[in-house]
Amino acid sequence: MIKRRKTRYHKRAMQIFLLVLLMNGILMGRLFQIMIIDGEFYTEKARELHERERMIKAARGRIFDRNGVIVGDNRVVCTISVIHNQITEPERVIEVLSKELEMSEETVRKRVEKYSSIERIRSNVEIEIGKRIREYNLDGVKVDEDYKRYYPYGEIASKVLGFTGGDNQGIIGLEVVYDKYLQGKAGTILTVTDAKGVELEREAEHRIEPIKGADLRLTLDWNIQTYATQLCELTMKKTNAKRVSMIVMNPQNGEIYAMTDVPEFDLNAPYDTGGLVFAQEGEHQNYLNQVWRNGCINDTYEPGSTFKIITAAAALESNTVTTQDSFHCPGYIMVEDRRIRCHKVTGHGSETFTQGIMNSCNPVFISVGMRLGVENFYRFFEQFGLFQKTGIDLPGEAGTIMHQMENMGPVELATCSFGQSFQISPIQLITTVSSLINGGRRITPHLAKETLYEDGSVKEVFSYEETTGHVSQDTSEELRMLLEKVVSEGGGKSAYIEGFRIGGKTATSQTLPRSSGKYIASFLGFAPANDPQVIALVVIHEPVGTYYGGQIAAPVIQNLYQNILPYLEGMDYNR
Amino acid sequence: MKTIQKRQDRINREKVGSTFDYTLLLIVIFLLGFGMIMIYSASSYSSAIEYNDAAYFLKKQIKAVALGTVAMFIVSFIPVQLYSKRTITWYAIGLGSLILLLTPLAITANGATRWLNFKILTMQPAELVKLCMILFYASLMCKMEKATNTMKGYFFAFLLPFPMAGAVYLISDNLSSAIIVLGICFLMLAVASKNVKCTLITSGAILLLVGGVVGGILLFADPTKNFRFARIFAWIHPENYSQGTGFQTLQSLYAIGSGGVFGKGLGQSIQKMNYIPEAQNDMIFSVICEELGLFGAFAVLALFVALLFRCLVIIVNAKDMYSQMVAVGIMSHFAIQVILNIAVVTNTFPNTGVSLPFISYGGSSVLFLLVEIGMLLSIASGRTWKAKGERHAEE
Repeated sequence: MIKRRKTRYHKRAMQIFLLVLLMNGILMGRLFQIMIIDGEFYTEKARELHERERMIKAARGRIFDRNGVIVGDNRVVCTISVIHNQITEPERVIEVLSKELEMSEETVRKRVEKYSSIERIRSNVEIEIGKRIREYNLDGVKVDEDYKRYYPYGEIASKVLGFTGGDNQGIIGLEVVYDKYLQGKAGTILTVTDAKGVELEREAEHRIEPIKGADLRLTLDWNIQTYATQLCELTMKKTNAKRVSMIVMNPQNGEIYAMTDVPEFDLNAPYDTGGLVFAQEGEHQNYLNQVWRNGCINDTYEPGSTFKIITAAAALESNTVTTQDSFHCPGYIMVEDRRIRCHKVTGHGSETFTQGIMNSCNPVFISVGMRLGVENFYRFFEQFGLFQKTGIDLPGEAGTIMHQMENMGPVELATCSFGQSFQISPIQLITTVSSLINGGRRITPHLAKETLYEDGSVKEVFSYEETTGHVSQDTSEELRMLLEKVVSEGGGKSAYIEGFRIGGKTATSQTLPRSSGKYIASFLGFAPANDPQVIALVVIHEPVGTYYGGQIAAPVIQNLYQNILPYLEGMDYNR
Repeated sequence: MKTIQKRQDRINREKVGSTFDYTLLLIVIFLLGFGMIMIYSASSYSSAIEYNDAAYFLKKQIKAVALGTVAMFIVSFIPVQLYSKRTITWYAIGLGSLILLLTPLAITANGATRWLNFKILTMQPAELVKLCMILFYASLMCKMEKATNTMKGYFFAFLLPFPMAGAVYLISDNLSSAIIVLGICFLMLAVASKNVKCTLITSGAILLLVGGVVGGILLFADPTKNFRFARIFAWIHPENYSQGTGFQTLQSLYAIGSGGVFGKGLGQSIQKMNYIPEAQNDMIFSVICEELGLFGAFAVLALFVALLFRCLVIIVNAKDMYSQMVAVGIMSHFAIQVILNIAVVTNTFPNTGVSLPFISYGGSSVLFLLVEIGMLLSIASGRTWKAKGERHAEE
């Protein structure tokens, strides 16, 4: 009896043991599944969890002018951070950092005493200060070198070059358009940390080196750019104008030698408002957007008489007029019931078409426009590419603002003929005129020539679209002749320079509303007149006092050409 | 005659004393030593930060182990039959210790009131309850030896531990200890009772009930309402609860999974760097897996199998039913905790706080586990205790 009972207990205990073995086996299987079959998955998951990525900034590509002048560069700056766990003398660290970085002790103390893997105290610290801090040899204080964009010429071409933000990305200008070339590829340091983000020293860092961005060579000639900027600043002062814009371009290939829109701003302090304080964040941003706006491409204006070049080209191309056709100007012209005045109230009297353009006579061009008719006018507007954007490699190019064809009556046609009642951007005007005087090739205005390797060898040459046949060779030649006459004998004689053949056209347009009494004076000139190699446009916004383009704008281009034509001959850019 | 008898007694006793179970002791020493190494490995990083002492948890564990070892040796010299004199007293002691949790002696930590503060040491009544229930139930099984064969007696015995388990759950807010108490008693009953049918019916009913409850929670309950519901949901999809209930489970899986065959090497776990909360406690097995790999994990399991095998040998060789029942209870205790713990860390079972015997950090746990080992040693040595009257009767 006793024996049987005992055997029963043994049997049961044995059964329990076997059950335990079975469950043990199941758990071993489960462990095998997690550790071997799914091991890679969990290891990867754990690695993702443990590793922290620290970015290493890539040096941004430099920007050169066409002759190799560095106009956008990188400067080494320092980032000062503290590693909480490694600090041995917190008080001294706080004292030194607050003194050297000129920060309040409180701010520094808060960051030093914060428990984190790495705490940034200050970035963009001058290298000298960084070096000084390093010399203190404080435990737990890290001085990392970093790059900061630096523009050696400050204000020159600020609206063209643009600047970058804290993350090394372009904010405006060429820095935006060529961001992907300039940016390079940031590297990373992968470090293993504990759950609180504290780096574990025993784990090796995994480092991926950054790749430097490509250098960019521009078409800008820094000498011309600098001179153009100075000239515009001088003009702005002289005429008390609100703004002065200038574009200097090669009409044969669209390379822009200079582009300025004064007042410019300091690229090294783009957010500086010069002490202005704004109540609202939005107002501040609006103000800055105005400061950064490039009037040469972002804004449109009524071109006025410079547009007569285009009307003339359309008329000549369609054989509506010849240069010898004669007109009569009594000082005004009636269009339907509207009396449109000529700028010369007494009238130009009897004149040929050639004289009409030399005099910039409105009735002549209104008559020509009437002869063309709305449909032809519109067709040429389109044929000359005025409806398309020029495709310049800058962001935010403004489009043309033009009447709908069906809304164009005789009055609209008449005003359009002499460049009023519609708006185009300065870059559109200079590009269109270039294509009319270069034999009918519409070129794409551009600023970037090519990207370069660090050693200066060419990496990638940019190519730009060019379309032909916008106007015939004959019309182009006639137009050059007419415009040369404007400068040598007509309204643009203030741009004349002895020994050089210059063609051009002046313009004076009233801004909207007409009653404001504000004007835009401009001049467009090219040289040499028989084979244009350079074309320049100056637009003076709201000058005070004398406002005629022939009197204030033409001399600016004369001054420019006096200085750059001999220089350009020396540079021999086009051969 | 008397002198001869006395001499014979002494010989018997010496013979008996020589069957001290060194294998069991060796296994336990090995587990404890390994456990302390792993506690240091798992806790040193975070305790250095938190307590400024890398060996903070190790030192506390050493104290508990030392105390437990002394207790173990003392208990190993006490014949187990001595405890059979009391039945309901053990139940009362267990329940009393739980009721003390309602007095100012209790300490609340991590939102649960599970510890008693006796100035010189703190204790978890839940651990004491497990031991008390083994002793109570062993005695009960002897008393109801025939009764448990009947269905009525079986279910009476089956239901007796429930009030205690309820108290453990309600007073110390410790569901896992309650489950363990019930599990131990049920296994003891299954061994003691001749009635296999009852055991099978009960097992089936328990499985159905548990499955039904879990299934019901998954189908109908809202995991945001109750943390125990959330744990069930987190069991099925730990990645969906990675910031809350599933966090611990997921971290444990990452640790185990990144161990590979041989692990990262002792001390090389990254998951213990605050990723696994309190890695020295219930989740220590995942750190073992990460550092020592599948190999180390299997080695630990093998040690536990060896421990349970020694228990089995002791059960088989035990001289009387009471000793057998005590040994069955202790073996069940070890087995349930080991299996539950590893099932939890591998997410085979929903997350519930069960420590790994002899290895996880925890003073009360290791103290009472060592007392239980002392009892096993005592049973193994065949130490019997006979009342004076009995001896006379034999004469």
